[in-house]
Amino acid sequence: MPKDTGIGASSKRREDVRFLSGKGLYTQDIALAGQTYAVMVRSNVAHGKIKSINTAKAAAMPGVLAVFTGEDFKDVGGNPAGWLINSRDGTPMREPKRPVLAHGKVRHVGDAYAAIVAESYNQAKDAAQQLADDTDIEELPAIIDMKAAVANADNRVHDEIPDNVCFDWGWIEDNRAAVDAAFKSAPHVTTLELVNNRLVPNAMEPRASIGEYNTGTGDYKLTTTSQNPHLTRLLVAAFVLGIPENKLTVVAPDVGGGFGSKIYHYGEEAVVLAAAKKLGRPVRWIAERSESFLSDAHGRDHVTKIEMASTKDGEILAIRTETLANVGAYLSNFSTATPTFLHGTLMAGPYKVPHVYVNVKTVFTNTAPVDAYRGAGRPEATFSIERVVDKMCRELGLDAFEVRRKNLLTPDQFPYTTPVGLVYDTGNYQATLDKAIELGDVAGFESRRAASAAKGKLRGMGLSTWIEACGIAPSHLVGVLGARVGLFDAATVRVNATGNISVMTGAHSHGQGHETVFAQIVADKLGVDESSIEIVHGDTSKIPFGMGSYGSRSLAVCGSAMTKAVDKIIAKGKKIAAHMLEASEGDIVFEAGKFSVAGTDKAKTFGEIAFSAYVPHNYPLETLEPGLEETAFYDPANFTYPAGAYICEVEVDPETGKVDIASFTCADDFGNVMNPMIVEGQVHGGVGQGIGQALLENTVYDENGQILTASFMDYAMPRADDVPFYTVDHSCATPCTHNPLGAKGCGEAGAIGSPPAVVNAVIDALHRGGHTHVAHIDMPVSPARVWAAING
Amino acid sequence: MFNFDFVKPSSIADAVAAMAQTGAQALSGGQTLTPTMKQRLASPSVLVSLTGIAEMKGVCLGADGLSIGGATTHATVAAEAGAYYPALADLAANIGDPMVRNRGTIGGSVANNDPAACYPSAVLASGATVVTNKRKIAADDYFVGMFSTALDEGEFITGVTFPVPEKAAYVKFNQPASRFALTGVFVAKYASGVRVAVTGASNNGVFRWAEAEAALSANFSASAVEGLTVSAADLITDLHGTAAYRANLVKVLTKRAVAGAK
Ligand SMILES: Cc1cc2nc3c(=O)[nH]c(=O)nc-3n(C[C@H](O)[C@H](O)[C@H](O)COP(=O)(O)OP(=O)(O)OC[C@H]3O[C@@H](n4cnc5c(N)ncnc54)[C@H](O)[C@@H]3O)c2cc1C
Repeated sequence: MPKDTGIGASSKRREDVRFLSGKGLYTQDIALAGQTYAVMVRSNVAHGKIKSINTAKAAAMPGVLAVFTGEDFKDVGGNPAGWLINSRDGTPMREPKRPVLAHGKVRHVGDAYAAIVAESYNQAKDAAQQLADDTDIEELPAIIDMKAAVANADNRVHDEIPDNVCFDWGWIEDNRAAVDAAFKSAPHVTTLELVNNRLVPNAMEPRASIGEYNTGTGDYKLTTTSQNPHLTRLLVAAFVLGIPENKLTVVAPDVGGGFGSKIYHYGEEAVVLAAAKKLGRPVRWIAERSESFLSDAHGRDHVTKIEMASTKDGEILAIRTETLANVGAYLSNFSTATPTFLHGTLMAGPYKVPHVYVNVKTVFTNTAPVDAYRGAGRPEATFSIERVVDKMCRELGLDAFEVRRKNLLTPDQFPYTTPVGLVYDTGNYQATLDKAIELGDVAGFESRRAASAAKGKLRGMGLSTWIEACGIAPSHLVGVLGARVGLFDAATVRVNATGNISVMTGAHSHGQGHETVFAQIVADKLGVDESSIEIVHGDTSKIPFGMGSYGSRSLAVCGSAMTKAVDKIIAKGKKIAAHMLEASEGDIVFEAGKFSVAGTDKAKTFGEIAFSAYVPHNYPLETLEPGLEETAFYDPANFTYPAGAYICEVEVDPETGKVDIASFTCADDFGNVMNPMIVEGQVHGGVGQGIGQALLENTVYDENGQILTASFMDYAMPRADDVPFYTVDHSCATPCTHNPLGAKGCGEAGAIGSPPAVVNAVIDALHRGGHTHVAHIDMPVSPARVWAAING
Repeated sequence: MFNFDFVKPSSIADAVAAMAQTGAQALSGGQTLTPTMKQRLASPSVLVSLTGIAEMKGVCLGADGLSIGGATTHATVAAEAGAYYPALADLAANIGDPMVRNRGTIGGSVANNDPAACYPSAVLASGATVVTNKRKIAADDYFVGMFSTALDEGEFITGVTFPVPEKAAYVKFNQPASRFALTGVFVAKYASGVRVAVTGASNNGVFRWAEAEAALSANFSASAVEGLTVSAADLITDLHGTAAYRANLVKVLTKRAVAGAK
């Protein structure tokens, strides 16, 4: 029987009532008395020297209150990279300062070099145009192609970095010789060069920030589209503007999606705060959609050569990769971790492969910064591995299912230490593979293929067995790996006098459904009604210091903190109950919302205990503080390792090259599931984005650094009719061994596991259709590319 | 967006007067013009809305064919033209999304002459007549290149009259992002012969494929175009497809249009 409340129930998403009835409160919805409007002035060339900016005319235009340029911020701090990565030779990465506004040089189309604040939006726009006209930028050759960037020492994105390389990372460098040796003696080597296409995150709500300054108290407030208000506060206050953290409140109200792009601190946030202080009035900046394309941190953008050494019957012996990873013009906050520790450490996949070596060079180019985007590094790793396994099967004439089964880790091998530095705690990869085969009706494929053929379509089937590391992250481990932050999270559970409960979480919900799921967990643990619990998030003045939501961490990390806080509430409740029931604490049991003396019918309800904590008339005041409120911080002992098997079937129209997804089956292991409906929704969304990457989405810069896909007219987002009705299963669960919920996280899985399943299916369809010369097609596998491959 | 004046005349005569003001520009559904203005790429001083003119709206069958008022929305054509000219209703039903179809108009589309728009192919393949406040223009004289037409300054489309074919079909291959036509082919069969118009493919905008017309006039079957080749010389190469790919689509879609004509 499915439960109808608490952990494991598909409770309806309570936040949807306000979202779907237009009652959400997003940053743009907030109207403040005396508010002013900021507009950024952005470079329309990819690379240029700022020779002069004449602000006089713009400043004198109607309604204009202030004009800022890079000069105004040259003495404040830079927006830092959160991870220090060392090159293979031990030298630290090159870390150019990322200024609030570009100073001296502009480095990508959309790089903001000035800001106008005016009484109205249109006045600010007019002045921005004037300022652009009065700016003299000497255009320099654009550095766009990564291979050219590395080869050319004369043209530099940052003058102090000769070859445009941020770092040249080897993982694990000490293993390199052994890996090379394994390749030398291998019976078969499969080689694949591929591109992991650059994506624009395209959250439904563009970025927006409102700065306020209280001239009476000197307090600042930043309302902003953030996935992690405390992290943003730390960055903008401590690192950039030098505001004491306790003088700045950061509020991330309802946020319309992030997918990673709203983890990071952006210069506009510093501009609105500085401007608010200067003017003593609220300053709002709301991105236009085209600004999102130009200035949000993009995702992916790897060029990889992967080699796989194997026996002739498909046993994987070694994996070796060389990747160029684009970081764009500046280092965004997680940009150095994404292509390294979120990518290289996953390069063994779910397989028992003894030798793995990963080399990543990150490259500066005159493009928008690139950073973590749903999956972040792990989709790139999964795509490389799952594509090369598939190619190996084809080259050796082996069955793709059997080869995976042969190489997958088996349940008895956990905990398993990979050759790339992780310890997988638990899993059952055979079970999810079997489940996918069953649900995807692999046995019936041939008749479906024949039916497609009768319509003139080529049908193919693609498999991906994926793993990821999430629940980011054990601070001690990431500290060793170069992280400059801790990655714990925190929650406060405040039981009010009348027994209802406020839970303040460090995690931030920007669509995920935390308000529903967190309430389910607390309700379940305390034996109270879900409706008596409110989840409070997104406001640094209300919540404990948490690190926010990304990396599928909210449940595994913040949910664990919350569970610990609830445990403390129960422990204190037992003390109060013992006093009230005149029993010893050890005899009190807590069950189904009641504290009772074991073996008797003497009991106090949770509500009675809460009331007594706040009206402590009959209360052990000598030994126990009144009140019932507990905070817990939780730092995970390890990553969590969700895994699964995805099967995609496609139909290809050989005359036009159009690919239709015929079916998509997911068998996932997310550990314990709190709300199956929400988990399914997360998988649907993630696979939708993966199908988007595989078939549709691409970010294209021309050789001059102009972005050709700067609107939805040319950037193809997946729509409802591009995706099938999914078959989703998460019954093959192996609970996480090291967090109190046994939860692994599900937010990124779909986007990680799906792209290779889609591309493998297309290649399979072409091969079955006789086009056996097609070894690979880069994503997006667009109609034009498929047609060209068939006819190439 | 820059400031502008807005007028909404209720007759063609009033619209003619309004359009005579300096800086006046016609506004129909605004599905093309409004975004252009928001991006500050257009700055008309007076917008003359044509959607309040009753005589420019509606679908009606007359002696010359099916007449559609210039301010008729795609949604109305989709709903009302089907009984007379199913291929045309079909075309309208697959333009954009419901919001675009409920606002966008045939006059706006044909005036704009986007090289990837759908309607121009129907107008050209039907040998339709574009009716303006001043004159009637034959389709073959109307489309003069990408985004350009025979319309004079201040002239506006009051309607389009389509001779009704025996059979016709429009087959559109979507550009993956915009879902305009990456290439679209309209085939219309009349007693006098077959006309084939191609949109989305050419650097010169919508065009007629003469060889296919000749072959299909002799034998209206998909196999009739099998042996033909389409030159890629003047075709568009962009992010979404090369000229060679579009040349392939012209042929494939023509065959499919012939096979599906009704
Ligand atoms: C998301 C989206 C998807 C779309 N998809 C498609 C598609 O798949 N296929 C397709 O064909 N189109 C598509 N369109 C375009 C749509 O059909 C527009 O409606 C059309 O291009 C313009 O018509 P409108 O009435 O909105 O004209 P407006 O935007 O009002 O005007 C367009 C231009 O024509 C002029 N104009 C308007 N009316 C007249 C008139 N009667 N006489 C002379 N000049 C006039 C205006 O001054 C302006 O220059 C799409 C548009 C959008 C926004």
